[in-house]
Amino acid sequence: MEIRKGIAVSPGVAISGAIVLDSEQFRIPRRSIEPPEIPAELARFQAAVERALAEVRGLRERVATDIGRKLGAIFDLQDNLLTDPEVSQQIRELIERERYAPEYAVSTVLRGYARKLLGLPNRYMSERSGDVYDVEKRLLRHLIGAKRETLGTLTEPAIIVAHDLSPSQTASLDRTKILAFATDIGGRTSHTAIVARAMGIPAVVGLKTITADVAGGDSVIVDGNRGLVIINPDAVAIARFREADQRFRRMEKDLRDLRDLPAVTLDGRDVKLWGNIEFPHDVEGCLARGASGIGLYRTEFLYLDRGQDPTEEDHFQAYGEAIDLLKGRPLTIRTCDLGADKFTHLSGEYDERNPFLGCRSIRFSLQHIGLFKTQLRAILRASALGPTRAMFPLITNLKELRQAKMLLADVREDLEEEGVPFDPDMKVGIMIEVPSAAIMARYFARECDFFSVGTNDLVQYTLAVDRSNESVASMYTPGHPAVLRLIKTVAEAAKEAGVELAVCGEMAGDPIYVPVLLGLGVQVFSVSPATLLEIKKVIRSYSMEQAREICKKAFQFDSDREVDAYLGEIGRRMLPEMFA
Amino acid sequence: MAFLEVEITNRQGLHARPASQFVEAANRFASRVWVHKDNKKVNGKSVMEMMLLDAEQGAVLRIEAEGDDAAPCLEALVQVVKHFDENARKNP
Repeated sequence: MEIRKGIAVSPGVAISGAIVLDSEQFRIPRRSIEPPEIPAELARFQAAVERALAEVRGLRERVATDIGRKLGAIFDLQDNLLTDPEVSQQIRELIERERYAPEYAVSTVLRGYARKLLGLPNRYMSERSGDVYDVEKRLLRHLIGAKRETLGTLTEPAIIVAHDLSPSQTASLDRTKILAFATDIGGRTSHTAIVARAMGIPAVVGLKTITADVAGGDSVIVDGNRGLVIINPDAVAIARFREADQRFRRMEKDLRDLRDLPAVTLDGRDVKLWGNIEFPHDVEGCLARGASGIGLYRTEFLYLDRGQDPTEEDHFQAYGEAIDLLKGRPLTIRTCDLGADKFTHLSGEYDERNPFLGCRSIRFSLQHIGLFKTQLRAILRASALGPTRAMFPLITNLKELRQAKMLLADVREDLEEEGVPFDPDMKVGIMIEVPSAAIMARYFARECDFFSVGTNDLVQYTLAVDRSNESVASMYTPGHPAVLRLIKTVAEAAKEAGVELAVCGEMAGDPIYVPVLLGLGVQVFSVSPATLLEIKKVIRSYSMEQAREICKKAFQFDSDREVDAYLGEIGRRMLPEMFA
Repeated sequence: MAFLEVEITNRQGLHARPASQFVEAANRFASRVWVHKDNKKVNGKSVMEMMLLDAEQGAVLRIEAEGDDAAPCLEALVQVVKHFDENARKNP
């Protein structure tokens, strides 16, 4: 049994067999073979070794000739590993005695050795584990060859272990079979985290070496509450897992009783509690958890996982599906937010040194007007089907908002001329996620219908912290007084102009910040499906008067630590069971 | 069975390249080769096991050989260990 600690990004606990996606994305099947197949499988293994050896020797020659003998020698180790009698003996034993398929035997033995090397205190030695993985990959490539299994064809439930999950991979996942994610890299805002929360399954990211630590087929527990992954758990750990799982389910059940109760404060202030989604069918999960609308529909998936741009029909069908499911509840469609950490085949054209400050989001849309207009047309057409709101992300200055609105007006004119129906009163709002927009909120309030504060980016840009970078991640907190003050500026501008104020970032889904946001006058909380019920419970636990008091107090501190300590303490006092 | 003891003198110890050199030398002989360090005993023809010995500078290796060519084999291996150094390369 081994335990790894990472970043908990989506709650819940799951146990299952693991599917490991290596960086080349093929999965290593845990397959047993029948006794009569043993000789043929051994021969298959031997053939793979010979092909890998030929490959390594060829590489050594080429590098030695092209670059120099000394560099060619780096392949000596791989050569020696491929001919290592102990290594091959162990692999053969697993095939002969345990009836492992060669792929699984190779992976098990080599990963076991790589793990041992990584455990050596000598840094130089532990780095040699990279050569061992390289050898594993070579052998697997020859063994699996063209018979790669894809994730779309899972036959039984599994936990996905990967370096990182790309949007196109998650889009192709068979969602009914995936129980949890564990990845080497990533943070709370990484794609894997967002998808896991949308799917309502546990996820732990930032585990660094989890793809090396786990072999396909290993039994794995993913604890998304504590950020732990337990590999091949012993009986005690499994028992503890069952207990935690039951506790989690009980809490879920308690929360489910809240589903049909309104999101209202103790003194009767109605709050809109909406969901954030990535796919139209996520609407179902939101409604099942009592959402009364969608405050953020991320449309990037329409652009990813395909070699071409989505057509107007692709957009329209997706929006229509969501609107049908919502049955009259509002749908807020955020226009394309590509760039930075989300790429399409188009964004390959940018080689940016600093993508988070680069051509992303609305900037990308305004530079690809054809693409943008296609989406705007589809949004407008969808508005004829049910209450629809358009939302522009990453607005930094008024010019961008005006340009976007002008393009929207163009598209409206076209539709009018063509006699295509749309809602002429469709609401148009902006995301406030750049400090400049927060500071200038009162000017923006004159030109749009609603604000939605995207706290993830707002915190990142205000504090200049990338929270997926673990050496500075601890500086990242929405509780920083500067962030609170920016949100207050936005809230005052919204109130003055009568513009609706929403928060759709993760801050809205964190129980400790709910009273502050209520106190500031936030009217819409838009959160991931998994946190809807929890946040409803929190909203129902405070009166507006208490919330304003707590908010006032929180503004008296000059450091994020004091703010977070204070709000954490209030949370624990008000809702002890939630913070247990 | 014949054996010899030899101290590792190169600064970086028995890392990947020396381990490769050792194994390649051992493979030129028919004898079975075992290497002891502290309480560990590994196959001297396995580069993986040799690396996992994690033998650093100053460690003493006991090399055993069993077979018809055990004596020249031991002699060759001791020479390899004595001449581990960062820049040495095996014969082209």
